[in-house]
Amino acid sequence: MLIIDNLHATVGGGDNPKPILKGLTLSIKAGEIHAIMGPNGAGKSTLANVLGGKPGYEVTAGSVTFKGEDLLALDPHERAAAGLFLGFQYPVEIPGVSNVQFLREALNAQRKSRDEAPLSGGEFLKLAKDKAALLQMDMEMLKRQVNVGFSGGEKKRAEMVQMGILDPAFAVLDETDSGLDIDALRIVGAGINSIMRSPDKGVLLITHYQRLLDVVKPDKVSILADGRIVETGGPELALRLEAEGYDTVMA
Amino acid sequence: MSIATLPTRRDEAWRYADMDGVARLGVDALDAWQAIDVPAGDNVTRCMIVGSDAPEIYRFRVNLGEGAQAAFFVTNAGRDYTRVEIEVRLARGAHFEFGGVTIGGGKATREFVTQVVHAEPDATSNQTIRAVHWNTGTGNFLGEIKVARHAQKTDAAQDFKGLLLEAGASANAVPQLEIFADDVKCAHGATVGALDEGARFYMMARGLDPATAQRLLVQAFIGDAFVSLEDEVERETLLDAALGALEGARL
Repeated sequence: MLIIDNLHATVGGGDNPKPILKGLTLSIKAGEIHAIMGPNGAGKSTLANVLGGKPGYEVTAGSVTFKGEDLLALDPHERAAAGLFLGFQYPVEIPGVSNVQFLREALNAQRKSRDEAPLSGGEFLKLAKDKAALLQMDMEMLKRQVNVGFSGGEKKRAEMVQMGILDPAFAVLDETDSGLDIDALRIVGAGINSIMRSPDKGVLLITHYQRLLDVVKPDKVSILADGRIVETGGPELALRLEAEGYDTVMA
Repeated sequence: MSIATLPTRRDEAWRYADMDGVARLGVDALDAWQAIDVPAGDNVTRCMIVGSDAPEIYRFRVNLGEGAQAAFFVTNAGRDYTRVEIEVRLARGAHFEFGGVTIGGGKATREFVTQVVHAEPDATSNQTIRAVHWNTGTGNFLGEIKVARHAQKTDAAQDFKGLLLEAGASANAVPQLEIFADDVKCAHGATVGALDEGARFYMMARGLDPATAQRLLVQAFIGDAFVSLEDEVERETLLDAALGALEGARL
């Protein structure tokens, strides 16, 4: 479903771009949840941002194929319409725009590019209500401005509500567990399972901690270090990392 | 009183005006003041959409009796020099509300010029101006507040924000406060910036095309100017007129 081949990327423009990804190769099949772990500075967030098409990141070599299509040739909104969802480590606040308006416009923009009819206001609200309930989020929160005044945990929960509404084929989740307390972590993990656990969907789950993996239960775990995947294994790899640390496992 | 000659840029209130546009308007147009007298306890609301392919000027002299209220909400989307000027005199306990948006590209100058005279105690005024420009378009706000010596407990506020969508556009704010009373609140603020790229990417990552993302962000930005307009239909009309001008703007 997602094939990343020998990906090289730099961050920061000007005269001095910094190489972060240095030949990253990874492929994720439909039906698979693939966790990426790795020490700080390894390039995990850069990988997420490159996949999402964030300005400021430049791919200098390699390729990314998503559902047979050259992902890197698409603009960020085209990637979303193709079914890619990027869960932000730091969701952005947008004063003056309500979640409901934002998500309805986003969903209908995606539907339009797939030649599907737009959802009416009523249809959209029903869908939003269902997904908010799944993440145990008060519908009133969705009427508020996008992420404004939300706590760290609420922002992450709102990201998952967005994912539920947009119903992507593939999700790249960048440290969705950071800033969550134990209960919220369980709710978010269950949300990921319910929205994305499906034979025709895939997830790339970037995380630092085993706690989320206890709930989501990845099919595969890879270690990202210094811009490359250095080891791939099953769920037991994450347990070993938790017990022994990166230095021992990677040695 | 009539004027025999055109103003020059040496006149403070015409400092950023398009003098070629002023000349095309001519002396007679400049001489046409509309007088609005609001009797004690009464209130008046004016909503206007101004601007066309030719220069336009609107000059108001508003006289507010005791406890009277006047509210002006204006979308200034001229494609040529367009100036809206409001002089207000507030009696005891009166309130003046102004929400204005200048929006446009090309090379036109759009401006709001207000002179708010708190002549008696206990009056309040609130002015919110937003300017959105691109190409080499210009938006100006010249806001003068005068508080008479005995006009204690005056509460006057003005807030200007400019959003420049590309280099070459400009926004000018000239707050002028002349305060002779010693127990008053007078607040003013002015900022000019670019579109929030983080918010734009966030929206695109959810599937909004660049033009829709920009429209939503601009809508949120200018929305402040019309929040105190209670009539929802009027508010939508003013917003739509402003956002209509945005079509074709640089992304």
